[in-house]
Amino acid sequence: MTGAANSGWEPVIGLEMHVELDTQTKMFCGCAVTKGDDPNLHTCPVCLAHPGALPVVNRRAVEYAARIALALNCTVQPRNIFHRKNYFYPDSPKAYQISQYDEPLATQGWFEYWVDGEKLRCRINRVHMEEDAAKLVHAGGEAGRIAGSDYSMVDFNRGGTPLIEIVTEPDIPSPEAAREFLQQLRNVVVELGVSECNMEEGQVRWDANVSVRPAGSEELGTRTELKNMNSFRYLQQALDAEIPRQIEALEAGEKIEQETLHFDPDTGTTTPLRSKEEAHDYRYFPEPDLVPLDVDPAWVEELRATQPELPAARVERFMEQYGLSRADATVLGSAGALAGFYEEVVAAGAGAKPAANWVMGEYLAHLNTAGLEAGHGHVTSERLARLVQLVEDGSVSTSAAKEVFAIMIEERAEPEAVVDERGLRQISDTSELEAIVAGVVAGNPAQVAQYRGGKQQVIGYFVGQVMKASGGRANPQVVSDLLRRALDA
Amino acid sequence: MISEDDVRYVARLARLRLEPEESSRMTGELAKILAHIDKMSELDLDGVPPTAHVLDVVNVTREDKERPSLPREEALRNAPAVSDDCFRVPRMG
Amino acid sequence: MTSLDPLRLTARQAKKLLVDGEISSAELTKVYLDQIETVEGKVRAYILVTADNAARYSTKVDREMQAMRGPLAGLPIAVKDNMVTEGVTTTCASKILANYQPVYTATAVRQVWEDHVVVLGKTNLDEFAMGSSTENSAFQVTANPWDLSTVPGGSSGGSAAAVAAGEALWALGSDTGGSIRQPASLCGIVGMKPTYGAVSRYGLIAFASSLDQIGPLTRSVYDCALLLQHLVGRDPRDSTSVELPEPIALPSAERLDGLRVGVPTEYLGVGIEPGVRARFDEALARIEDLGGSIVEISLPHTEYALPAYYIIAPAEASANLARFDGVRYGYRCADPEDLTDLYERTRGEGFGPEVKRRVMIGTYALSAGYYDAYYGRAQRVRTMVRRDFDRAFAEVDLIASPTSPTVAFKAGARTADPLAMYVCDICTIPANLAGLPAISIPCGLSDGLPVGFQLIGPAFSENRMLEAAHALEGAVGFDTAPSFKTSGPRPEAAGWTPGEITYRPEDAQS
Repeated sequence: MTGAANSGWEPVIGLEMHVELDTQTKMFCGCAVTKGDDPNLHTCPVCLAHPGALPVVNRRAVEYAARIALALNCTVQPRNIFHRKNYFYPDSPKAYQISQYDEPLATQGWFEYWVDGEKLRCRINRVHMEEDAAKLVHAGGEAGRIAGSDYSMVDFNRGGTPLIEIVTEPDIPSPEAAREFLQQLRNVVVELGVSECNMEEGQVRWDANVSVRPAGSEELGTRTELKNMNSFRYLQQALDAEIPRQIEALEAGEKIEQETLHFDPDTGTTTPLRSKEEAHDYRYFPEPDLVPLDVDPAWVEELRATQPELPAARVERFMEQYGLSRADATVLGSAGALAGFYEEVVAAGAGAKPAANWVMGEYLAHLNTAGLEAGHGHVTSERLARLVQLVEDGSVSTSAAKEVFAIMIEERAEPEAVVDERGLRQISDTSELEAIVAGVVAGNPAQVAQYRGGKQQVIGYFVGQVMKASGGRANPQVVSDLLRRALDA
Repeated sequence: MISEDDVRYVARLARLRLEPEESSRMTGELAKILAHIDKMSELDLDGVPPTAHVLDVVNVTREDKERPSLPREEALRNAPAVSDDCFRVPRMG
Repeated sequence: MTSLDPLRLTARQAKKLLVDGEISSAELTKVYLDQIETVEGKVRAYILVTADNAARYSTKVDREMQAMRGPLAGLPIAVKDNMVTEGVTTTCASKILANYQPVYTATAVRQVWEDHVVVLGKTNLDEFAMGSSTENSAFQVTANPWDLSTVPGGSSGGSAAAVAAGEALWALGSDTGGSIRQPASLCGIVGMKPTYGAVSRYGLIAFASSLDQIGPLTRSVYDCALLLQHLVGRDPRDSTSVELPEPIALPSAERLDGLRVGVPTEYLGVGIEPGVRARFDEALARIEDLGGSIVEISLPHTEYALPAYYIIAPAEASANLARFDGVRYGYRCADPEDLTDLYERTRGEGFGPEVKRRVMIGTYALSAGYYDAYYGRAQRVRTMVRRDFDRAFAEVDLIASPTSPTVAFKAGARTADPLAMYVCDICTIPANLAGLPAISIPCGLSDGLPVGFQLIGPAFSENRMLEAAHALEGAVGFDTAPSFKTSGPRPEAAGWTPGEITYRPEDAQS
């Protein structure tokens, strides 16, 4: 559902994205950051909040956070400090989270992203550092939910993992835009190498704030919050449910309550979260156990100079360097692995455009079928390049090449070997073909007469005959040319 | 100054169960203490920066290098209730 | 073997005896264990005496003395029970930690352990270090050995009483608003709070993170310096700990020529008892005798230091104590109905009244709408207090004041009115707010009870301060042996007898 269908209303969406960093150790202690291990194997007095334990900042986490901030065109503040955010919950062992409040790492950036061929810009309010909560599992209730549970269990392996929070301004105009924004932002974070952003593992999660207002208005309506989502589809569905609900309510003269909502994908409705936590009075104050971080501008510049190439820049470069359309450049250039593969194919000698078609076509299809990552398929870039070149120089027809590709996948074979073994080499040699053409022309005088009499489409018959006579291996383009020359003579 | 309603609100924020007599006694005590603390409002502190840290130290960080974690038995040793190698808490819903 | 007087023996003297082979560590340790047997029933300084461990370890030190030749080796020490010690229950004098078995050891304690001290036990304190008399302990009331019907001060009252009563050679304490210096003053011994950051706080159960410091309680200034040498050092596990610009030196000064000592007028108008004032003035005269000069100075924001402290400390404490929730360790209420019940009843039942008061004030001061008026304002007052000191130290080298406005008061005399208790710390709090080092040494008696003399120095001026204190100590010539008299009703015993215990089942909740 797009804004246009909302009869005079426009949605206003802001997002908060949380990203777990792929550092070796946790944000404030030396326990390993791990995935999927048995419970409570990676804890210590600090992340278990034992009496007397103290935090110490992980400097790689600061570097990774700064890289995210730079990729989002933010100003990295010259000084930033940590604050305590106080609340009681079993997944928060200190009963406060060490986070950042009014002196965060970075502020005021922007992110450009594409929706349906249109470039949009979303302002970034801030990027800051904090620590992730532990994992809670609820027992005895329906589908592991809190409601109706008998007791809960806490696993502190995850507790203390470095978490980066990215907060946008409410600049996102539609659920589809929200989805695109998050996907493209996620790609950027992955490209930076600071997080795998694995959504099933919950390494990246987001909250959405959504309100509506009369189309063209500058004022913001009351917003509701959808919390803790980790699937794009779920986000879009939730927004698609919530926006009409708000419009309906407002049109009926009701007020929107500022509340946190839960989206039920089965019923497709949003309902307020009945929360035992009352007023979220977090009582922020500066963290006395940590000292301020004074950021050296030279260090920031060094980070900037060593940032990996980001998707947006790479897409532009692909358009210019390889003459690709924006659409193609976006498919090939958005993700580092595929982009790298494509560039290898071109570097190995394939033409940019044919290589693009092959990578976007057969190669991607293969990856999808086999469930593999780019660069880890059964065909190397170098071999694909050679196959593409065989088509380019006319040695193999496109359709034959697709056959060859399939065999290359199965047998992990070299393209030339496959072509030769199966006799798929196309005959493009003019002298060889001239003989066959001459033979066919000579042997079909009736059709020759028809052609010369004006029935040009008969040439198809001749092409077919030449192909038959050549065992299907004649280069159709060359055959066409030779036939015309012979017949028009 | 501070009312008994305030005291009940703050006790909830701090997760402290106060018996009614405790609650009313504490209201009186806190009121006295806060009245004394109000002395600070005499001062003109315009333009005075707060001291969040007495030390003039910045940028204390550590290398992202793994240190041994506690063996699980140690981590769970003091736990009042354990279930499936996890810390167990009563129903949250 | 000479017969040793635990009421007067210093670590310096004890070390000489050990090194000269006149006594073994086991014999030395037995002197203190015997004294504990003799007087602990009256004094109740210890929550836990680790007698067997001490006896065994001191024997080991004797056997391996060649390898354990360090300056602290074989010397018995007591440790305030708010520093975690792996293998030994650490309670913080609170019901909420009565059964807590630490999984690690505090850095400062580990540093002296590694120097082969013999730990005699964990001493009593006000619960979570909140108090000025040690009457807020959940387990027992400690008596001041100078008059058993009076308090030893707090919150390190157990450590101070143990040292004064000859139940320990020396002890570790912690100081947030005066909790080492004030009990040292009331018990007639030396107590010092180092510059903030000089000693690691890792493993010190946090009360107010920006104010807490661990420090020594000893019978002499030299002993204080000796112990401090082994406590300091930057700890990578404590982001707020720093390396000292110069190592701690053992003092030897006997003169104070050229030393300018400032006396703030504001510290003398705050209900100082006449006897305290008299001893203080006499000590000032001694300083002049030794060649120092006394300068009247002003620290104009002194009267705002107490209110600022009573916002900052409780605010930080309210967050530091939030982790005591019955989930991962410590006390848990019986049969909690749900999570909220678990939290509220565990903490309601586990914390004592003073702790609850401070958690409430702290929570209130930080709550929505009040931050600027309370915490924000208090942190600005803190800046003014620091600036006062900075300005003063441009004129003088050290600042002097009485440590406590009064001598030891009767047990129960101030428990009805929290504010009456808070003003005990009026002379000690400003040094914590400013992060400055300060020491208290005994300077005489008033009505038979010890009076403490405080010196405050600029940040990292420990050496100069120790030298000045040492010289003054020599001139004062205070006898640290208390009288163990009782001039009134004694505080009630909490039903505990001395002995080796590592775990108190009747107080623990499972």
